[in-house]
Amino acid sequence: MSVELEHYLVVGALLFGIGIYMALAKRNFVGVLMGIELMFNAVSLTFVAFSRFVDSAEPLSGHVFVVFVITVAAAEAAVALALAVLVYRNRGTIDMDRMNLLKW
Amino acid sequence: MEDTGSIVAFWLLAALTVGAALGVAAVRDLIRAVVLLITSFLGVAGLYITLSADFVAVAQVLIYAGAISVLILFAIMLTPRAGRDNAETFLQAPGLLLAGLVAFTIAFVSLEADWSVVEREGFEETASVIGEALLSKYVLPFEMASVLLLVSMLGAIVLVRPEGTPEEEE
Repeated sequence: MSVELEHYLVVGALLFGIGIYMALAKRNFVGVLMGIELMFNAVSLTFVAFSRFVDSAEPLSGHVFVVFVITVAAAEAAVALALAVLVYRNRGTIDMDRMNLLKW
Repeated sequence: MEDTGSIVAFWLLAALTVGAALGVAAVRDLIRAVVLLITSFLGVAGLYITLSADFVAVAQVLIYAGAISVLILFAIMLTPRAGRDNAETFLQAPGLLLAGLVAFTIAFVSLEADWSVVEREGFEETASVIGEALLSKYVLPFEMASVLLLVSMLGAIVLVRPEGTPEEEE
């Protein structure tokens, strides 16, 4: 019994599933944001696992990609926070059910 | 990875990560959800360490567990009259179904596919190799990431700036 690549991939799949559920079904905007961060984490974990186990000429490319994913996640979190504050200021709520200005 | 320590560490960290993530989706209070989210981020950082990815693990602790969770807390604190509950919309049942299907599909493909796995010892040092790769092969994405950070910072400031020009306030 040892830890193989598939173990990490299944953990990543579970994290991604939880993240996609939160992004789809949470009522609070911040909950959706947390789901997106969980999905980023799942993908990064998969990248690092492949980088460790799979045959490649440059095995650390996965790590470089994860560094970029973390950078983009930080930028995304900052902009999403600004959007949340802006929507709250204009509508008094960040309820996903009540963000229906574009609904015909 | 064969030795007992890393096997135990993997199972503990995997249980911590997935359990905390389930808690994030399940608890009713948003602040508790953020605390569980930080726990999940730290669990992922531990999994990185079991994969001998030390640089990425430290970056995960600094940026995810440090900066991004604080940003999420700010987003909660700056919307004081919005609801604190972590409830679901009417899309809960289809969301649960779709999430289950996606997770099942990814896990199924991961288990069935024939990955070209190679026996390899853990990496000796990753930080210096990542640094050299960032400044040689990946220098264009590196510079684009810096521009992206600048643009998103400016965009965040412009979005939440109060109405009116700054000169009027002097």
